[in-house]
Amino acid sequence: MNFDFTEEQSMLRDSVARYVQDSYDIETRRTIADSESGMSAAQWQTFAELGWLSVPFAEEHGGFGGGPVDTMLLMEEFGKGLVLEPYLATVLLFGGLLQRSGSDALAAEYLPKVIEGSCQGAFAYLERQSRFALNDVKTSATRDGESYRLSGEKVVVFNGANADALIVSARTSGEQYDADGISLFLVPANATGLEVKTYKQMDGQTVANITLDNVEVPAGALVGEAGAGMALVEPVVQSAIVALGAEALGIMAQLNAKTLEYTKTRKQFGVAIGSFQALQHRMVDTFMAYEQTKSLLYRAVCELEEGADSAPATIHALKVMVERAGKLIYGEAIQLHGGMGLTDELDIGHYAKRLMMINATFGNGDYHQGRFDELRCA
Amino acid sequence: MDTRFSPEDIAFRDEVRAFFKRAYDEELQARLADKSSFKDAVVDWQKRLFEQGWIAPNWPREYGGTGWSPTQKYIYESERAAHGIRDVVPFGLQMVAPVIYTFGNDEQKERFLPRILRSDDWWCQGYSEPGSGSDLASLKTRAVLDGDEYVVNGAKIWTTYAQYADWIFCLVRTNSEGKKQEGITFLLIDMKSPGIKVNPIVSIDNHHSLNEVEFNDVRVPVANRIGEQDKGWTYAKALLAHERTTIAGVADSKRGLETVRQEASQEINGGVRLLDDPLFRKRLSDIEIELMALEFTELRVLATVASGGAPGAESSLLKIKGTEIQQAIQELRMDLAAYYQGVLPNDLSAEQLGHEFGSAARQSYMYGRAATVYGGSNEVQKNIIAKAVLGL
Repeated sequence: MNFDFTEEQSMLRDSVARYVQDSYDIETRRTIADSESGMSAAQWQTFAELGWLSVPFAEEHGGFGGGPVDTMLLMEEFGKGLVLEPYLATVLLFGGLLQRSGSDALAAEYLPKVIEGSCQGAFAYLERQSRFALNDVKTSATRDGESYRLSGEKVVVFNGANADALIVSARTSGEQYDADGISLFLVPANATGLEVKTYKQMDGQTVANITLDNVEVPAGALVGEAGAGMALVEPVVQSAIVALGAEALGIMAQLNAKTLEYTKTRKQFGVAIGSFQALQHRMVDTFMAYEQTKSLLYRAVCELEEGADSAPATIHALKVMVERAGKLIYGEAIQLHGGMGLTDELDIGHYAKRLMMINATFGNGDYHQGRFDELRCA
Repeated sequence: MDTRFSPEDIAFRDEVRAFFKRAYDEELQARLADKSSFKDAVVDWQKRLFEQGWIAPNWPREYGGTGWSPTQKYIYESERAAHGIRDVVPFGLQMVAPVIYTFGNDEQKERFLPRILRSDDWWCQGYSEPGSGSDLASLKTRAVLDGDEYVVNGAKIWTTYAQYADWIFCLVRTNSEGKKQEGITFLLIDMKSPGIKVNPIVSIDNHHSLNEVEFNDVRVPVANRIGEQDKGWTYAKALLAHERTTIAGVADSKRGLETVRQEASQEINGGVRLLDDPLFRKRLSDIEIELMALEFTELRVLATVASGGAPGAESSLLKIKGTEIQQAIQELRMDLAAYYQGVLPNDLSAEQLGHEFGSAARQSYMYGRAATVYGGSNEVQKNIIAKAVLGL
């Protein structure tokens, strides 16, 4: 048993940490967040040059061959800098689905482009009625000779505004809530009949609602097997939840460190407010919440890497913990910063808003606790 | 990062299981459950562990420790708890022994450590006083040097199992000038010394495990002093950190939670198992998720210690979280027992009574209130983290 990182892993973490510190300060981020795309193409190109976009991909696809530990270290540092560039959407979801799909031709075509930074991707899974149920899919895909025709609407598509290509979940058989009968299709963003409506989220991301009106794709655009999309989506989403947990941990570290620093310097009643026991004990609570989240993240990463049977339950538990700890930590951070905590000028609120969006992504704490209970109390 | 068990670890686990199955037999379990034979049964069990060589996993090898890796310690603890076996009585093996082998002289090591390993002596802890609880350093029990003996006067309180003890390790005041931490001395006192009186305290679980211990002109040889006079606080602080690494009780809580889950599948309300009640399930998983995390927090601390780090203020985190979880499990079990949570010990069989665990739930819940108080209250632990980790 060990919790050490390899030399390669430490180098990866240090390189991201250094970059975030030197080139991604809060003002840089603010400019990127205010831009139309909500990301920086120049930053993305640098990520490609530094090799970060290749991390989770197998060497046969030109990747770094990294595992969950590598992704964790990278995402944790991204979290500290509130990095806006769509690593989750393009690399972990779009790339992750392609890598696992067994659709070799598509993987061979797209993964090298993802790795070199020339292709932005997205995964369009959510529909306006579906909330957290990935299997609630009404968008239809109908076979038409050597093609499929897709019709329906996808909402809150991460990176949907910038994507060159999207993987879209659509129903090829079954009823609205059936897990079976969902298929994934690779759809170019410029396909005829595809319409993109973009809008901003509070964490600075630009997302999109995407309408598909009889969009035609060749049969070769099928990602994975027809009707078996959920078997592909579930492990990719599980890995993505762990990656989001790492991003959240990085954010929590920053919030705790900044709050602690503030209470040591902010003076009221003639003393630093950090000298008050009422505040000290609350900061101990946030410290413990951080450590507990870190432990559960490590547990999830190890189980994921080891392919343990317990991994799905642990990942549900992680999502619950991330929400619970996150709300405590950002809540205390805002409160202890007093009036300053309410300003847009200070970065505290921006960290808080990203944690809120992470909580909603792929199911909030209540949703995952329910799933956890189903596994544990059968 | 890797938490997989190696083939050697699996073989070790099988060995531990086989030993527990063989050595922790039904006759011993019956004697442990009977108040009149409890002490002898505990000593008997600990002697079996000693003969197996497993009595002191956390001691350095040179003094009789096992030399186990963190993984092996984790496996041993998990199996012990899974077999429903209580941990060894901590006062000798886990509390005073580390002080003796770290700060004691050779004569003291030779005199006390082998007897602790063999459970020949039963130890108790003399820290808290009627006037000194969380503010431990304010203690007033006085020791005055008279020739080559100290004369001790005062009282200790909350002394678990003092009624069984052969020895007590005490913090006593030898100097009232200067900082209160600087005039404290660490003494080992024979409980058979004239002038010692043990007064029982019945706790809210209706049991007697706590005591007050009075010292009236008790004479203690200087040879029983650990280290230097007036330096006892330093030694005690090191001991407290040790106490806290074992205080989380993760393995026992895992077993406790599984017991509650099992019991919740038997308790029915309006035809519905409690285990199928969403509110009950949520309370169960609230605890389990924290426990899953704490298990890895403990492993992280163990790994740090194994690679040469000291158990520092992180052990305060283990204490706080571990005891919160213990109490949450106890509370859940009380609620599960419903009307039967009040059952006092009686002569009825479970069948006559109509319930299996009400009395046990009550007792562990009631005595369990102690966990957030002892070993330095959880509020004191927060003060420690605030100072040592957060630098406040």
